[in-house]
Amino acid sequence: MYKYDGYDQQMLADRVAQFRDQTKRYMDGQLSDTEFLPLRLQNGLYIQRLAPMLRIAVPYGMLCSRQLRKLAYIANHYDKGYAHFTTRQNIQFNWPQLSDVPDLLADLAEVEMHAIQTSGNCIRNTTTDQFAGVAVDELEDSRGYCEIIRQWSTFHPEFAYLPRKFKIAVCGTAIDQAATQVHDIGIYIVKGPSEEIGFRILAGGGLGRTPVIGQEIFEFVEKKHLLTALEAILRVYNREGRRDNKYKARIKILVKEAGVEEFQNKVFQEWELIKDSSLTLTDEELNRCLSFFNSPDYDDLPDSPPALIENLQSDLLFAAWHTQNVKPHKKSGYSIVTLCFKETGIAPGDVTDRQLEQIADLADQYSFGEIRISHQQNIVMADVQQDQLYELWKQLKTGAMASHNLGLLTDVICCPGGDFCALANAKSIPIAEAIQRKFDDHEELCNIGEMNLNISGCMNACGHHHVGNIGILGVDKKGEEYYQISLGGSSKREASLGRIIGPSFAQEEIPDVVENIVSVYKERRHEGEKFIDTYNRIGLAPFKEKVYAKAD
Amino acid sequence: MQKLISKDAVMDNRWALLKVATGPEILQAVPGRNFIVPFKFWKLYREELNDYGGNIAIWLDSDEDISQIGNELHSLPLIALNFPVFSDGRSYTNARELRQRYGYKGEVRAIGDVLRDQLYYMAQCGFDSFELRNDQDADLCLNAFEDFSTNYQATIAEPTPLFRRR
Repeated sequence: MYKYDGYDQQMLADRVAQFRDQTKRYMDGQLSDTEFLPLRLQNGLYIQRLAPMLRIAVPYGMLCSRQLRKLAYIANHYDKGYAHFTTRQNIQFNWPQLSDVPDLLADLAEVEMHAIQTSGNCIRNTTTDQFAGVAVDELEDSRGYCEIIRQWSTFHPEFAYLPRKFKIAVCGTAIDQAATQVHDIGIYIVKGPSEEIGFRILAGGGLGRTPVIGQEIFEFVEKKHLLTALEAILRVYNREGRRDNKYKARIKILVKEAGVEEFQNKVFQEWELIKDSSLTLTDEELNRCLSFFNSPDYDDLPDSPPALIENLQSDLLFAAWHTQNVKPHKKSGYSIVTLCFKETGIAPGDVTDRQLEQIADLADQYSFGEIRISHQQNIVMADVQQDQLYELWKQLKTGAMASHNLGLLTDVICCPGGDFCALANAKSIPIAEAIQRKFDDHEELCNIGEMNLNISGCMNACGHHHVGNIGILGVDKKGEEYYQISLGGSSKREASLGRIIGPSFAQEEIPDVVENIVSVYKERRHEGEKFIDTYNRIGLAPFKEKVYAKAD
Repeated sequence: MQKLISKDAVMDNRWALLKVATGPEILQAVPGRNFIVPFKFWKLYREELNDYGGNIAIWLDSDEDISQIGNELHSLPLIALNFPVFSDGRSYTNARELRQRYGYKGEVRAIGDVLRDQLYYMAQCGFDSFELRNDQDADLCLNAFEDFSTNYQATIAEPTPLFRRR
């Protein structure tokens, strides 16, 4: 993974000193709440319901064991012994004290980490497919490009006070696990007219109040033009994005109101000016950044070694976990392992300090000392030898990290909701738990098969409810918490936004509603058909009929 | 009295800022001075302003279109860009466009809600003077230009991005 040099480290030190001074001036009363607000947000600090919440940046989800151990220390030292994986591959702490934050950031800086631009109206953490570099269906590893974008977007002097937040995702895999099309800018690594690798760039996607799938701005740009193309889009957005209404301030509204062609013309005008400027990437820089993500030192090993086959046959629990949580790797003899953090009774994405340390140890032992966080709030060990999978699994079991529900109905994506978040209309964690309790039979879950159920506590959509096969949105109905259900969303290549099924439900009704939806699917599905495909074939009506028939 | 600074020092302000101007007669009331007048006003009264004895510069609000300044851009000694509120980031882009697209070489001044914690970025985007909000301490603000030792990006102050320097 990327290693800081003297420049990176110095800028990070500058930032810690800057925020220390800003915090001091705020606490001394020299900075007003309004003036401090964007400064703290651009250092990841929210003032929340119970305490400040600090969001730590995990660039494109990558962490090494040394960083995991530091996070464990922080969870223990500044928090209540746990951390939370977010839906943008970041980590949040829910209990730090404002006055401790500068020290906490200094601790993070020791391991090349920070909370820069994890909130506020600026360019946020760039995300990607959690299988980048190891996926079998990948055109090229996206992480080097993510790193190039990370550096360009960090402390960009022109784009620190955008109309609204700005999220970029990069994807090089065919399946697209990065929800690329619902980002402000979505970048696909593609082959150009003469087979050379470059980028297809979309803009104007997003979730939130007005969910939109991004539209193509650049059909193909050469690698060297990556940053100039992004800078051109951002410049048009910064100048022309709406600032009169925060709900209409995202780039998706600008693209929609201007029309994609008009927007594109403006971007091209800006691009002409800077296309062949000093910002054009050099081969040296491309090579430098990409080289940090060269494959680790793999051994030459066969696929499906006899020991693995034997363990799969003799241990059914291991086999169940292997079926669900272990995916094929581009290199023979290796597998991609996902640790599913969706144990019933524990908030989705929550991890304890002890678990963080254990993950660090296991990463060192089995996966070249690195892990990734997925936007589904799970952990990926990307390079595990197949003949070590059984050992790894046994160790995960002792740490309560061997849940085998990855990709199933109970692998819920869920925001912190009304239990923690000041923006939420409704709780989301107890909804996730009630559904997990209702569907507690693994065999039945496997029978239902691949299913994304996403829950957001408000329409800011941190839980990505619009792109859940089943989406649940917390709404406020005359001071009471209600939940609106949508069906048919997907964040994959064939991205789609869910449609609302009808009037919202009370909290206690939700598990039965989900069960009814699932029962319609089971009755109507063709052999081997996934939920999303059945839905696309039969439409919303049969589900609606069943769900509301019961309510009458 | 509002303080004016450059990146290096507290400056004497030789310009009077007319935030609102109704007609050209206002300039005659105080002859012989240098005025920064609103862009719309300048557009309307170009000829009258040419006859005026002092120097004329213009200021634009964050939502005004700098491409409308036109050919006379280069004869203007100073262009001020307003920050109606410090969190309105449009003037950063406008400053960069003035320098990069239009090649403007005169003084670009930040006016309005100009605060210590945004000065570093402003300087990177091509501003070279800063009329601070009344309550700002000019000496403390001068430290702001040292907040960062370098940047990753290609900026007006440092046109070579870090990747071409490292």
